[in-house]
Amino acid sequence: MTPAPSSSPLPLLVFEDVAKSFTLHLRGGAVLPVIAGATLAVHPGECVVLGGASGAGKSSLLKMAYGNYRCAAGAIRVRDGDRSVDLATAAPREILGLRRTTLAYVSQFLRVIPRVGARAVVEAAGIEGGLAPAAARTRAADLLARLNLPKRLWALPPATFSGGEQQRVNIARGLIADRPILLMDEPTASLDAQNRAVVVDLIAEKRAAGTAILGIFHDADVRQAVATRIVDVSAFHGALAA
Amino acid sequence: MEPLLSVAGLTKRYGGRLACDGIGFTLDPGEVLAVVGESGSGKSTLLSLIAGEVAADAGSVAYRMRDGATRDLDTLSLVERRALMRTDWGFVRQDATQGLRMAVSAGGNVGERLMGVGDRHYGRIRATALDWLARVEIAADRIDDPPTRFSGGMRQRLQIARNLVTAPRLVLMDEPTSGLDVSVQARLLDMIRGLVAELGLAVIIVTHDLAVARLLSHRVLVMRAGRVIETGLTDQVLDDPQAAYTQLLVSSVLAA
Ligand SMILES: Nc1ncnc2c1ncn2[C@@H]1O[C@H](COP(=O)(O)OP(=O)(O)O)[C@@H](O)[C@H]1O
Ligand SMILES: Nc1ncnc2c1ncn2[C@@H]1O[C@H](COP(=O)(O)OP(=O)(O)O)[C@@H](O)[C@H]1O
Ligand SMILES: [Mg+2]
Ligand SMILES: [Mg+2]
Repeated sequence: MTPAPSSSPLPLLVFEDVAKSFTLHLRGGAVLPVIAGATLAVHPGECVVLGGASGAGKSSLLKMAYGNYRCAAGAIRVRDGDRSVDLATAAPREILGLRRTTLAYVSQFLRVIPRVGARAVVEAAGIEGGLAPAAARTRAADLLARLNLPKRLWALPPATFSGGEQQRVNIARGLIADRPILLMDEPTASLDAQNRAVVVDLIAEKRAAGTAILGIFHDADVRQAVATRIVDVSAFHGALAA
Repeated sequence: MEPLLSVAGLTKRYGGRLACDGIGFTLDPGEVLAVVGESGSGKSTLLSLIAGEVAADAGSVAYRMRDGATRDLDTLSLVERRALMRTDWGFVRQDATQGLRMAVSAGGNVGERLMGVGDRHYGRIRATALDWLARVEIAADRIDDPPTRFSGGMRQRLQIARNLVTAPRLVLMDEPTSGLDVSVQARLLDMIRGLVAELGLAVIIVTHDLAVARLLSHRVLVMRAGRVIETGLTDQVLDDPQAAYTQLLVSSVLAA
């Protein structure tokens, strides 16, 4: 495992006693408890990896940290400059603001936008994240080249790309801007060894720049290479009502 | 920041039926709100009430004018209200024949809104119209054709040009892509997405298509039988719906 950074300033992302359950109204209102009592902090330069079996609630935790899923209880505090915002109670506008400035998220699958080419998708994410258009354009090209996306694909919309190609566009899109918090949900699942190694390098660079990373990595080698700490999500099941 | 638009308690009854029942929300500059719900849930009525085309039984609509003052739209004179609709607001209709002047050329459709804001210079109006036709991907040599000769997708693009030419700050859209072929829809959606971001427009878009809401909107308002069932951040409402009705709506479509 990778050594944790020596100095530990304030955490950028903190889960405080977070719970998540789903009420399935289409199944007679059955309640599916997923997580309870989740407490966790991610500091600048750390890469905390969520472990646990499939269905344990790893993706749900990440989605809550992005404001994509609601919290049933507890607080998720995101440091935004001098202030701290609780995602559990933040207004939609605040969450959208944090996504522009502070939170980056690499989802498991790329949600394609019709008619927009791969490089333009990545570039737009950079501009939205505060880069100047010229810088975004250069960085998008650098990232796609490093991730070995064939240049002939850059102008094409990713809708027809293979899973691995789409995922590399997705990674480039998530990494292009310099946001302090990076959430990654199995970004390497559909990549070959060469590209997995590129992602490992990119993560190391983000850590060196002080990014706080919370991720899910299925592949044991990748996990060993990137994790500063592994948190088993099943530890957050103990408090669940049977 | 003060909102651009504040809607409170909007209510409209048709006979014994409540088409809108106490609808309220606020909209910030540059914010895109999608109103979703099945047919007959009151979405179009809500837009008509906001635009003042149908009189509300109760409730209010307040708008922050260009001079920074927030006015209750009920207090505007007819002339002031018309001026607002012609300049600072746009309304893209589901049925293009209601949003366009079908007997007037494409250039005339765009130019008319410009003349409405006082431009009388023929050459400049035609140049601006040409520029807007190009932005909505209508070839320059179609400028003298009336929209009756246009396809469905072209008509909707012309409506968009007609509405945006006066640089409005708020645009209402009622199902702008429904009834079009899938590929035509995709092109139109992409165009709307680009223009909305580039111009920083505030938009209220009515749609029954959750994929449209996901692609275009920041926030979503779910309506059923005239009421707001659930509202929030668009991806949160679609991916983690709380209300039984929203769960049903989300589960009845494939991967919105
Ligand atoms: N939107 C949702 N609605 C209902 N149940 C969900 C939803 N998202 C996740 N779940 C359920 O929550 C549990 C945890 O899922 P997830 O967080 O994806 O786990 P993991 O990522 O650890 O495999 C699973 O039982 C899953 O089916
Ligand atoms: N002008 C009208 N006269 C009578 N009933 C109307 C009128 N306009 C709408 N309604 C009724 O109000 C309800 C809401 O309609 P509408 O706003 O068009 O819904 P949506 O746009 O969601 O399909 C429906 O029951 C409809 O029949
Ligand atoms: Mg998962
Ligand atoms: Mg309607």
